[in-house]
Amino acid sequence: MRVLLSMMLMASSLALQAGVVEPRGFDDPEREARYKRLIAELRCLVCQNQNLADSDADLAKDLRNQTYSMIEAGKSDEEIFTFMVNRYGDFVLYRPPVKTTTYLLWFGPLVLVAVAGVALILLVRRRNLHRPDTQLSEPEQEKLRTLLAESDRDARP
Amino acid sequence: MTARYLVPLAIFVVLLGFLAVGLKLDPREVPSPLIDRNAPAFDLPSVRDPERTVGLADLRQEQVSLFNVWASWCVSCRHEHPLLVELSRRNVVPIYGLNYKDTRSDAVRWLDRLGDPYRASAFDADGRVGIDWGVYGVPETFVVDRKGVIRHKHTGPISVKDWEDKLLPIIRRLQAEKG
Repeated sequence: MRVLLSMMLMASSLALQAGVVEPRGFDDPEREARYKRLIAELRCLVCQNQNLADSDADLAKDLRNQTYSMIEAGKSDEEIFTFMVNRYGDFVLYRPPVKTTTYLLWFGPLVLVAVAGVALILLVRRRNLHRPDTQLSEPEQEKLRTLLAESDRDARP
Repeated sequence: MTARYLVPLAIFVVLLGFLAVGLKLDPREVPSPLIDRNAPAFDLPSVRDPERTVGLADLRQEQVSLFNVWASWCVSCRHEHPLLVELSRRNVVPIYGLNYKDTRSDAVRWLDRLGDPYRASAFDADGRVGIDWGVYGVPETFVVDRKGVIRHKHTGPISVKDWEDKLLPIIRRLQAEKG
């Protein structure tokens, strides 16, 4: 039941999404693919967790129009990204450029993983060092054998 | 032994610091790349008089001016409007408007009913100039200096506190600038 419900929800959200982007008449399928990729990579500044492709906001529509007309005017992806960044800043890109102010953003997670890995290795090593002697002495071995023999006998019907 | 407790505590305190700062930040405030850059040129018909052109040249005639993006459909603009009217009445700083994605009749009616604080409002029906200025949430207000450079941007309605704490000091400083 739950699976069915979630499938229905997914289907309806897909249908809704399809409704947002207005149909475009591209003659060239390659341009159409570029258009779709660009509006998926550009962020809508009004509903900030959506890209231009998903957003229903008025500004997103205008920026989709802008992207469309720039592609039809023969502009490169680079030129379109630059156009957007010059007006709205790096924030408009879902994939921010690597530069000094974004080093933490790009490499922070790697640093965290490295720190966690080192901490894990140290921890495991220390635990191994502190493990008490696992060798049994001769009398202990003897006692173990008797106990095992006894339990074997008891287990038999 | 104490390190065992102090290290997690220190990490926790640092995290708390980050979260505390994060709480105060406004995610809607996106820093504009246009600050300290030349304002995008534009030439649009005026809202009141389609024959007249309003453009960057008008702003550059002033030592400092405000460029306020507004629309009759914008609820926050209505909140902000009395402050702008008061500023123009007291002649603090010349205000120019960018009427963003509006209809002319609605815009004129709005100005007639609520007062017109603008030297002139440019009529940007399709929002093209808005895009050039990086407008994403009306109202927005730019402080433009005599050279046509954007010196400050305020996103959202200007409250009295915003005005006194942020905008007025900048305007006073720019008004004192010579050359």
